[in-house]
Amino acid sequence: MTMTMARERDAEKLLEVRNIVQEFAVRGPGGVKGAKVHAVSDVSFDMWRGETLGVVGETGSGKSTLARSIIQAPRPKSGEVRFLGTDLMKLGRRALTEARRQMQMVYQDPYGSLDPRWTVLELVEEPLLGYKVGTKAQRRERACELLDLVGMDPGVFGRRRPHELSGGQCQRVAIARAIALNPALIVCDEAVASLDVLIQAQVLNLFERLRTELGLSYLFISHDLALVKQVSDRVAVMHLGQLVEVGPSEELYRRPLHPYTSALLNSIPGLDPATGKVRRPTAPKGEPPSPINPPSGCRFRTRCPLAQERCAQEVPRLRELFPGHQVACHFPLATPGGASANGTASASADGATGTASGAAGASANGAATAGDAARS
Amino acid sequence: MSGEPTARQTEEVLDLARPEAASRPSADGPLLEVRDLRVRFTRGGRVVNAVNGLSYTLGAGEMLAIIGESGSGKSVSTRALMGLLPPSAQVTGSARFEGTELIGMPEKQMRAWRGAKIAMVFQDPARSLNPTMRIGAQIVEAIRTHSDMSKKDAADRAVELLKLVRLPAAERRFYEYPHQLSGGMRQRVVIAIALASEPRLLIADEATTALDVTTQAQIMELLVELQQRLGTAVIMISHDLGLAASYAQKVVVMYAGRAVEYATAEKLFANVRMPYTRALLGAIPLLDRKTHELLPVIPGQPPDPAALPKGCAFRPRCDVATDRCLEPPALEEHEPGHWWACWHPAGGDGDTAGARTGGEADEVTVGSARQVKDGA
Repeated sequence: MTMTMARERDAEKLLEVRNIVQEFAVRGPGGVKGAKVHAVSDVSFDMWRGETLGVVGETGSGKSTLARSIIQAPRPKSGEVRFLGTDLMKLGRRALTEARRQMQMVYQDPYGSLDPRWTVLELVEEPLLGYKVGTKAQRRERACELLDLVGMDPGVFGRRRPHELSGGQCQRVAIARAIALNPALIVCDEAVASLDVLIQAQVLNLFERLRTELGLSYLFISHDLALVKQVSDRVAVMHLGQLVEVGPSEELYRRPLHPYTSALLNSIPGLDPATGKVRRPTAPKGEPPSPINPPSGCRFRTRCPLAQERCAQEVPRLRELFPGHQVACHFPLATPGGASANGTASASADGATGTASGAAGASANGAATAGDAARS
Repeated sequence: MSGEPTARQTEEVLDLARPEAASRPSADGPLLEVRDLRVRFTRGGRVVNAVNGLSYTLGAGEMLAIIGESGSGKSVSTRALMGLLPPSAQVTGSARFEGTELIGMPEKQMRAWRGAKIAMVFQDPARSLNPTMRIGAQIVEAIRTHSDMSKKDAADRAVELLKLVRLPAAERRFYEYPHQLSGGMRQRVVIAIALASEPRLLIADEATTALDVTTQAQIMELLVELQQRLGTAVIMISHDLGLAASYAQKVVVMYAGRAVEYATAEKLFANVRMPYTRALLGAIPLLDRKTHELLPVIPGQPPDPAALPKGCAFRPRCDVATDRCLEPPALEEHEPGHWWACWHPAGGDGDTAGARTGGEADEVTVGSARQVKDGA
């Protein structure tokens, strides 16, 4: 629904990604024979201006590679990345540098992304200097402004170096650097994963505030599903280099269509702070398959409770089942007509849909029911 | 209900099991009894108080979770039990394991205990294993360190252990190297090594933090199964309240080296009393929360353990703090089986962390701005 809203409000697409493929060569045993890691395989999606798209998946599912492919560092093997109307794949080095002004990244390790010998002010001025914005005095003024914006007093912190800051403060500096050039898109790659829960909440709120104040779009990558839900309008679920489900976040969490999404949701330990009630997670069986030699057909089939013959032979395509809600599965957990691979699953999922999303626990329970039914 | 000092004082506390049982060093007493544990590091004239009087009891076959932010002393306190701290650490207090005092035990004796009776699993499974040794050899080594089993028998036992921790194709994995396994499988191997000499107590120090949610659920299920099948007591150190709530029987919440709340998981999460615990609970992103809703945050950062504030260490960040908090509150049993250290505990059931959710945007912003100014 958010997607359709975004479409009506503003038809302007920020980012169009079409069929991008990224592969890396690895050396086999003995260091001779080359094998290929299928990091990102045929991924397509759109992002609208002002929208936050969350990307979730396990380690090695290609989330970070997808983000790097979008900013062309390194360039994907094939495909098309259309950012604000220009195809980045066709740009030369200089034009690409200019285009990157509009897209910035915030990484996981707050210390690793800052030069330890620079002061905070120098660090924040660097992007301005790199794009030759204003005079020296103007840049200094803008850097102070940016530090204020991320909630750091330039008078106190301006002269400090990264080792004199805490992890949360370093991440604020990294964010100030990212927003210095007024970008349209910020790619957050596990940007809060290394922070403690209370500091993480502060930084998440900062992201949220900057989004409304500066009209930013985020591509928010994380392995934490609850965290992604907190910030995202839409969520894309990645599994072994492929998108398996994309949909409006409320709906995707309330009624997951792909068995993998449902398995991910079921493995989160849950706790309702209002009642202290606990939801014991259930673990999916098995290990994620290797990206060097992915299974034929659907790549999730080796761990999927619903897998059948067809899943081994035919690669499921991403198709839209509900408005704005796409899934790549032959036997999705729910279908618009109500007919699904598993009647119970669809019935209970539909039941959950009926209840208001505001009711605490409704979404989690819905997900659990659908998943449990699917497993049995 | 105010925190009148009606309850027993800290020195006598925390026998959730009764005191008469505690004094008897027998099998039916508590397995581990920690009293007033203090750890102090002195480095170049700087005194860091990492643990300031921690007490708890753990029965055989129980699972206890120690929760806190980085630097709250949760890891240091367990390493002190194992005698794993550097010589610069001054450890005082008492920790009786099956009636034997662990603190101040000679290193030679400790070596026989460590691994045999108390084993530890660390966060990073890759760094806990020797990359140049086959995993089978590493388990055999662990077995033969604590018993005089023959190599042949030890190898059989190692395969048995690998099966116990549910490593698929255990016979084949026996001859593989750590790099050939995934993170989850490595952690299973580390747990197998920890179980080699059938310890009575297993300390899992952030053992699932580096793993995916799906793998985390698998490893936690394994720990619970081992706890039930072998009667191994588990101390689980984590920063994740949801995880603790899902699996542990007892929970200790630590802040600045002290226990601030201690109860059975059920009691604690049904009725959180300490403002810090409530802040932690409130800051967790939840599936039930609406997208773009701001998280309730508390300002500030955990205090520097070298310069703890006077009185209650949480006072500078606490929104209900008064002058009375300049006097440190003792951890007392205010309700049967529920201990907390606070002069102004949170009220009844209706008034919980959830109620504070999403305070006004301005308020949150001001809070986070203030945070950085205070922070050092």
